[in-house]
Amino acid sequence: MSFVFWLVAALTVAGGLAAVLLKNLVHCALALTVAFAGLAMLFLQLDAQFAGFAQILVYIGAVAILVVFAILLTRSSETPKGAGIFSRTWGAGLVIAAAVFAVIGWAVLQSGAGLPHETGVPSVSVQQIGNALMGRYVLPLEIVALLLTAALIGAVIVAMHEKDGAK
Amino acid sequence: MTEKADQLFVLLKDWLVSFLPGNWQGVAGVILGVIGIAAIYPTLFALAVLMERKGLGRMQNRIGPNRVGPFGVLQPIADAIKSLTKEDVVPVNADKTVHFLAPVVLVVVAFMGFAVLPAGRNMVLVDMDASLLFYFAMGASTEVSIFMAGWSSRNKYSLLGAMRAVAQMISYEVPLLLSSVVIVMMTGSLSLVKIVEVQHHYTWGFPHWYILTPWGLAAFVMYAIAATAETNRSPFDLPEGESELVAGYFTEYSGFKFALFFLGEYLGMLSISGLGTTLFLGGWSAPFSFLEWVPSWIWFFSKVMLSITVLIWVRGTLPRLRQDQLMNFAWKFVLPMTLLNLGVAALWRFMGEGWLRWIVCSAILIVVYVVAGRTEMRRKHFGPRSYRYAE
Repeated sequence: MSFVFWLVAALTVAGGLAAVLLKNLVHCALALTVAFAGLAMLFLQLDAQFAGFAQILVYIGAVAILVVFAILLTRSSETPKGAGIFSRTWGAGLVIAAAVFAVIGWAVLQSGAGLPHETGVPSVSVQQIGNALMGRYVLPLEIVALLLTAALIGAVIVAMHEKDGAK
Repeated sequence: MTEKADQLFVLLKDWLVSFLPGNWQGVAGVILGVIGIAAIYPTLFALAVLMERKGLGRMQNRIGPNRVGPFGVLQPIADAIKSLTKEDVVPVNADKTVHFLAPVVLVVVAFMGFAVLPAGRNMVLVDMDASLLFYFAMGASTEVSIFMAGWSSRNKYSLLGAMRAVAQMISYEVPLLLSSVVIVMMTGSLSLVKIVEVQHHYTWGFPHWYILTPWGLAAFVMYAIAATAETNRSPFDLPEGESELVAGYFTEYSGFKFALFFLGEYLGMLSISGLGTTLFLGGWSAPFSFLEWVPSWIWFFSKVMLSITVLIWVRGTLPRLRQDQLMNFAWKFVLPMTLLNLGVAALWRFMGEGWLRWIVCSAILIVVYVVAGRTEMRRKHFGPRSYRYAE
């Protein structure tokens, strides 16, 4: 593991921890953004350009903004004074988190044996991903694209009717 | 000689790098490229500010700055010294860390986009397959910094301006991406270098620029609208609408931090013009084949500055939109038109060579634009002006 990996990993973990431990909700959202950025850099360090840039575009550009909007539109970003960082149901939370982590860890450990043991670093260029999406996986891609376009147009139509009714 | 002039900066870099030992040359080349970007684009920023202040002044029947240097051409230097020496005021209630980080993040992200723009033949800092994706990823990150600035100031005008800016940028990012997807469909590559190379061909002396095709022209118009909104320029400058919000998300910034926001805004304009140039206007390729002896970087930067001029001209011409008009325009006009254009581009691709596809594709686009325009105008019922929110 290289020096860059440890640097990026430390940044990601620090961002994740800060997102959980900070008291101000907007600070938490910004810390989450740092964690997203760290993950994107990890992808880039593994030479996965497409995944890395998609991570930045989708998570920092859209998900983080969505989280921030949700915080500002629902309630004040400040937690009340005196309340600790642990909620009352932290025990249940701990159990759920441990269970999820165990399942994921088990799945990761199991999958290692089934995969062919590759020695060199596999190089997957963006072009290869594009060819795979347009060739072998074209049907799922088209279905997703159709669904998303329908959702987009549906949202516009909903907004249009609201305006006509208001007048 | 022509070849030398064209590759002037590349040769200069190679010559400078050749003084270093072998294993340092790669790193030194990258550092020199970064220095080049960090020197050229801020210079263009100063030029753009001067053009904007003088040009806008003439459009508004003023003289504009005319005191510093001959015809006021040294005004940007005076501005820079002024903002460097001004006091940096931070509000008492502001969130100090986030307030400090916001302009830094904005400028860093704005500079990142230039790394993938080919400024001339062989003149690109990072040539990778997914460079268009990289550019849009960086563009999406500016929203976070704008939100940081508005939220950390603890000022209602700042927060309102930031929310407006973020909502507007998210809305117009969809048509921005969709209008660029057409280019990717036609080129078959996300690499900006490849996109310019495909356009660098000539038929009867005319270039194969994408703007010279029906779907390319339609996509370019949509791209230009979305890019103007994305950079918060007039007529889409509601986030900093000074009649309502003082100055929007950077109300509480002063001194050099304000200058950084100013720099970030203009760098955003320059980089989105650069991307538009690369995607639609043939990047560094000459407009006619007999002009190919002019160095490629001159063409790129002239096209970028021409786009900036158009942006300034639009600012001097059009009044500001209202918030609901802005959103309606994005979702109900620009977005459907970019989706239609995707279909037209696919049709173009599968109709094969020949003059028939020119007629069919142009006809579809013209008919839809004319019909949409006429029905929308009829629905508007223009009458005497009425005020909904004020007497």
